Amino acid sequence: MRLGDGGLAAGRLSAKARMYGFVISFLAVPLVLYVVFVISPYVQAFYISLTNWRGVSASPQFIGLENFTRLLDDDVFWAAVRHHGLLLLAMPLITIAIALFFAFLLNLGGGSKGGTMTGVRGSKFYRVVYFFPQVLAVAVVGVLFQAIYRPDSTGVLNGLLSMVGFKEPVGWLINTDLALWSIMGVLVWQAVGFYVVLFSAGMSAIPRDVFEAAALDGAGRFRLFFSVTLPLIWDTIQVGWVYLGIAAFDAFALVQVLSVDRGGPDNATTVLPLEIWRSAFTFSKFGYASAMGVALFFLTITFAALSLRVTRRERIEL
Amino acid sequence: MTTATPTDTVRVAKTPPAPVRRKPKNPLGAFGALSHVALVVWAILVIGPIVWTFLASFKTNAEIVGDLPLSMPESFSWASWGRAWEKAHIGRYMLNTVLVVAASTALTMLFGSMAAYVLARYRFFGNRAIYYLFVSGLAFPVFLALVPLFFVVRNLGLIDTHTGVVLVYTAYSLPFTVFFLTAFFKTLPTSVAEAAMMDGASHTRTFFQIMMPMARPGLVSITIFNILGQWNQYLLPIVLLSGGVEDKWLITQGIANINTNAGYEADWPGLFAALSMAIIPMLIVYIIFQRQIQSGLTAGAVK
Repeated sequence: MRLGDGGLAAGRLSAKARMYGFVISFLAVPLVLYVVFVISPYVQAFYISLTNWRGVSASPQFIGLENFTRLLDDDVFWAAVRHHGLLLLAMPLITIAIALFFAFLLNLGGGSKGGTMTGVRGSKFYRVVYFFPQVLAVAVVGVLFQAIYRPDSTGVLNGLLSMVGFKEPVGWLINTDLALWSIMGVLVWQAVGFYVVLFSAGMSAIPRDVFEAAALDGAGRFRLFFSVTLPLIWDTIQVGWVYLGIAAFDAFALVQVLSVDRGGPDNATTVLPLEIWRSAFTFSKFGYASAMGVALFFLTITFAALSLRVTRRERIEL
Repeated sequence: MTTATPTDTVRVAKTPPAPVRRKPKNPLGAFGALSHVALVVWAILVIGPIVWTFLASFKTNAEIVGDLPLSMPESFSWASWGRAWEKAHIGRYMLNTVLVVAASTALTMLFGSMAAYVLARYRFFGNRAIYYLFVSGLAFPVFLALVPLFFVVRNLGLIDTHTGVVLVYTAYSLPFTVFFLTAFFKTLPTSVAEAAMMDGASHTRTFFQIMMPMARPGLVSITIFNILGQWNQYLLPIVLLSGGVEDKWLITQGIANINTNAGYEADWPGLFAALSMAIIPMLIVYIIFQRQIQSGLTAGAVK
């Protein structure tokens, strides 16, 4: 592995010096770029969160933890945290359940054909179709669903409902009890295909003799799913859970584009990233926005650490 | 590192599932029929809204706002597509996005693979520290950096410029690219590079002429990952390219904004034509490269 120590230096420079010259020349630009645009903002954010910085010209004053104590009394902040909580509970659960079901059907649901376990007919087609929303920009998806969720009878969804007899249009995005769920529906709509593909990869990595043995023992499809497949792709599910959880702490683009009044109605759909963006770039409350950023950071980290601990299981060695 | 490389994932996914000696109990029947219904329903849920968008772009305003949102357009007119292209500047935004994403993906791949190669293959003081510095970027939500990032870019005089967006995209794509490619370069055999060095090739030449071609599968996956991620980025453009420089906007920004405008001007067909224009390129690219895209996007999770 130590390429540079070959002792090949043909004169001018020692191999070691050449190696260091090479390493530095390759690392310098990426490192500078990364430190300037990524690391330094992250570090500064923690300091700015302790100041009352308000404007472009005003100089920031150090105010200790005042931003954070104000945060604790901020109803909008707590509304946003509650929304993350709901998203965190429901969104990964729904997405993973649907994706697991489809992945199982597409990989193993066809039973045995010609002596091999297959997916149901057309499984290739479904996999291609289901994944497509994943490549669309969230902003595009948001605009698209505005037309679908329109609150009067001209909305696509309400139009469909009235065709089957529900004449009263539903205020998908203007009903405060319903709006967050409607947005969550779009998140699930976009995410399912990705997890179908992810779980499919996990399922096809299971050695065939495992299914063979289970089938010989007379396991039906439900047993095959719950007692064989599920435990064997637990690692993949765990990865999916963490990904979806982190997505539940974002949801910025969709809420910003899709929801009424950006986080409304009446803050019923607001999320922390949206409040950070609004505090900073609408109200110029840079210190306060950074404090919310710090809070978001600790929430995300806590979630990731907890879920990795809680869902850890004995790894099944094959 | 027993985990599959992206190419392996594709290969594994293609291997036919378990052959079964004895015919297993096959409870098709009610369950089988229901599961087929579920699959078809979800396929319609995915395709439906997109088809509806295409159709709506050909309708008239009255047809869209009328009481029958699911009807077919009376006649197919391309007028709204022209309006979206000209008035809503979709062409402009598309071109901007192509330029920005081409530049930033190229820079990401160049710098990312340079850093990853050195970190994977050379032992020197600070190697681990630098690696963890890069990887730590994965743990932070970008919203934490938002305010200071805006001022860093502003103080460099790069706010409202495409250069600023390109540099920021590149910098924020580096953590995952370096993380992924470092692992990838480690899996490549050392013998070829050593032979090249024996023959007197310089470190730089070994990298560009030997290692880069060998790393192609990994580079392809991560390139696709970065192109899609950067193309679909919404937050960074709205922070870095303000309302004052509309001619520099990117496609996601343009689409989100056309939506707020369409409400006032009530040009719904124009809005849906613009949406269609944003969807179609992605649809074409996806249909051509769907296998690479699926493995590229899920590659990170498999690691």
